Amino acid sequence: MELRKDYFADVRKDGLHEIGQPRPRLDSPGHVTGKTAYFADRNFPGMLHLKMVRSPHHHARIRSIDASEAEKHPGVVRVLTAKDVPHNVYTILILIQIGPEDETVLADGKVRWKGEAVVAVLAETERAAQEAAAKVKVDYEVLPAVFDMEEALKPGAPLVNEYHGQNYYLYDSGECRKVRFGDVEAGFAQADHILEQSYQSSPIEHAPTETTGCVVAPEGNDRFTCYTNTQAMFFTLDNTSIILQMPGSKLHFVGGTVGGGFGGKVDVIVEPIAILGAKLTGRPVCFIYSREEEMQISSPRAAEKVVIKDGVMKDGRIVARKVTGYTDAGAYSRHSPYGAQKGAAHYPGPYTIPNVWIDTYCVYTNRTPSSAMRGFGVTIGDFALEVQMDKLARLIGMDPLEFRFINAYRDGDMKAHRQPTEGAALIECMQEASRAANWPVAEKYMAMSSYRKGV
Amino acid sequence: MAIRRGRGIAAINYPTGMNLGGDPTQALVHSTPTGNFMVTLSSVDLGQGMKQIMAQICAETIGVPTDRVVIDTADTDTGPHCMGTFASRGTHRAGNAVIQAAKEARQVMLEVAAEELEVNASDLETDGQGNIQVKGAPQKSISIFDVALSAHFKRGRSISGRGMFLIPRSYPEKETGAMKPSTCYAHACTVAEVEVDDETGEVTVLTVKNVFEIGRALNPKMVEQQLVGGSWMGISHALSETTEPYYPNRDHGGTDFNQYLMPGPGDLAETEIIVLERPSADGPFGAKGPGEMCANPQIPAVANAVFDAVGVRIDTLPITPERILRALKAQAAG
Repeated sequence: MELRKDYFADVRKDGLHEIGQPRPRLDSPGHVTGKTAYFADRNFPGMLHLKMVRSPHHHARIRSIDASEAEKHPGVVRVLTAKDVPHNVYTILILIQIGPEDETVLADGKVRWKGEAVVAVLAETERAAQEAAAKVKVDYEVLPAVFDMEEALKPGAPLVNEYHGQNYYLYDSGECRKVRFGDVEAGFAQADHILEQSYQSSPIEHAPTETTGCVVAPEGNDRFTCYTNTQAMFFTLDNTSIILQMPGSKLHFVGGTVGGGFGGKVDVIVEPIAILGAKLTGRPVCFIYSREEEMQISSPRAAEKVVIKDGVMKDGRIVARKVTGYTDAGAYSRHSPYGAQKGAAHYPGPYTIPNVWIDTYCVYTNRTPSSAMRGFGVTIGDFALEVQMDKLARLIGMDPLEFRFINAYRDGDMKAHRQPTEGAALIECMQEASRAANWPVAEKYMAMSSYRKGV
Repeated sequence: MAIRRGRGIAAINYPTGMNLGGDPTQALVHSTPTGNFMVTLSSVDLGQGMKQIMAQICAETIGVPTDRVVIDTADTDTGPHCMGTFASRGTHRAGNAVIQAAKEARQVMLEVAAEELEVNASDLETDGQGNIQVKGAPQKSISIFDVALSAHFKRGRSISGRGMFLIPRSYPEKETGAMKPSTCYAHACTVAEVEVDDETGEVTVLTVKNVFEIGRALNPKMVEQQLVGGSWMGISHALSETTEPYYPNRDHGGTDFNQYLMPGPGDLAETEIIVLERPSADGPFGAKGPGEMCANPQIPAVANAVFDAVGVRIDTLPITPERILRALKAQAAG
């Protein structure tokens, strides 16, 4: 790695004692010698193991659940169903008043994706819990499912989630989050060329070294200590408090040392049911995802579809950009309504474009609920935007890097979501890339600056 | 049939934080009797080194070496609230809270030192080595060890501070979408060079040159670890990863690392990282959040390089050999 101190030296004070120094990490020796304690290193006498009975269907009505054989299985201590969960229908963003509550801790009457938790089994050993889970009989009436976002948005599509009433999230702005800036149709009318292209991604996995999980110990004072690898301590504690209808003062969460998150540990999934198990049995409980659960059950990055329509001039200026983004939330909201909205603010990318129209949709389908992941709401948009930039440059016969200089945002430029640009550095990054990659551009672009006089 | 070479470029920016729900984090700082400093938080270290960075921020602010600072996180019985570690917010939000708490503690520390040295607190400075001295007269000094002992056992002062950093909630305007969803923005530009085998569709990323602008590299070694890892993750995302290979079809999803493919050590591109620092107005020592942004520009850069190599556009991620071969076949068919 090379630090290029010559850029922005006029606005930076160097020479601090501790900041800017490559100090060795104080936690590294523990990490590389195996001495660092993670949540799963906690082991308590009498600890129970929790395993889930999961839906084999993408969409089905539950006619009945018969857990009698599972309850008789040797080592089984308790079997939990929806009726055991005090506040079974929840949504995590309710803490910032983004509803409606749309997801069940344990399925109640219906499953909406293949892998959804239906019954929790608590047993003396992991093996007993697994074997007993296989003995739970659930009678399903399979329902038509929808997997494709465009199909889901068509009239007459199977309804994924009754708590929403339609297969998209309803924002206060309507069926999508909107950004309107300038007059996009006038921009297209003046453009020398129009290019409309569609981009698509598939869900991906966070792939942390340490899978999602927690260990819960009931304390003598009627409190519960939950050792967890959540990425957000109080967010998880407060949501657990709502789901279990238990005062937050009864809950004690310990964490902060995590083997990789990447956004995969911000859903509140394992803690509430494990604490409920500890409460109802009076025993310590551990609930740790297998690698298969981590990959197919825990939320992936959402699949997205992005349609970009641009109007561009022969001289390289983009004069209009219209983006329609679709985020595949799967069966439940989790963080997806937020991600789609974050995307609306991110378009049209780090470029100054006078006429912009953005619509972003959060769509429900019968698949594993997606949620946050590194680059949430932005990564797929950047893929689409930057491939589109390459196509536009080639369309007008311009070098792709020079084309970006012409449109790059600079200090003071108004963004489409009506925030003035501050602290821009795109131009300098491109200048340095030009040098480092030996990708020459005209001298006038190398002389540009993100600064503007008087800003 | 041949191995064809191409290169592609991408430039991006990335927002710090998540203000669309309100974005607070708190920190507490206190001194032990012998002048070590405890920072109490509920922020989560995901392995990226949050604890180390908070220790360096506290140390710089108080004026002691980093090894005199201990980070106590994340226990909800003791640590004050943090929204969590996501949205590239950890260093920025928690770092600002730690600075505020450390400044308050430093002020008490200087006041106690002033009483011991019989001077004004405003005339004192720290030497960064564990001592407090009179500005312009460094021979008149006292160790922070002695100051802390005095505060605890003689002066009855608590060398401590409270820090709170809040970005208030922004509500998007319904019709125009006017909103303030984040604070400062990090930037990047990546050039990727690839080889594509037009017989097998296989892509090899030869080199990836990443320029990142991150506000301030608080610890350059840790920045490097983050940016190199992110660059690898971006390439992996571009070419390999998905839990649903035939999305929207639900079948054939990987259930372990034998099925869910990612590049291994033998597949690593030659990776170059260049860092620029334009300090942000509101970040701790100017830092922005580079944690997420660093995995983004490689994806379109690789996609553009594949086109440059073989002349087909793969607009669906991941860019698998199967998709490349199908596109080449369609291209050949005219």
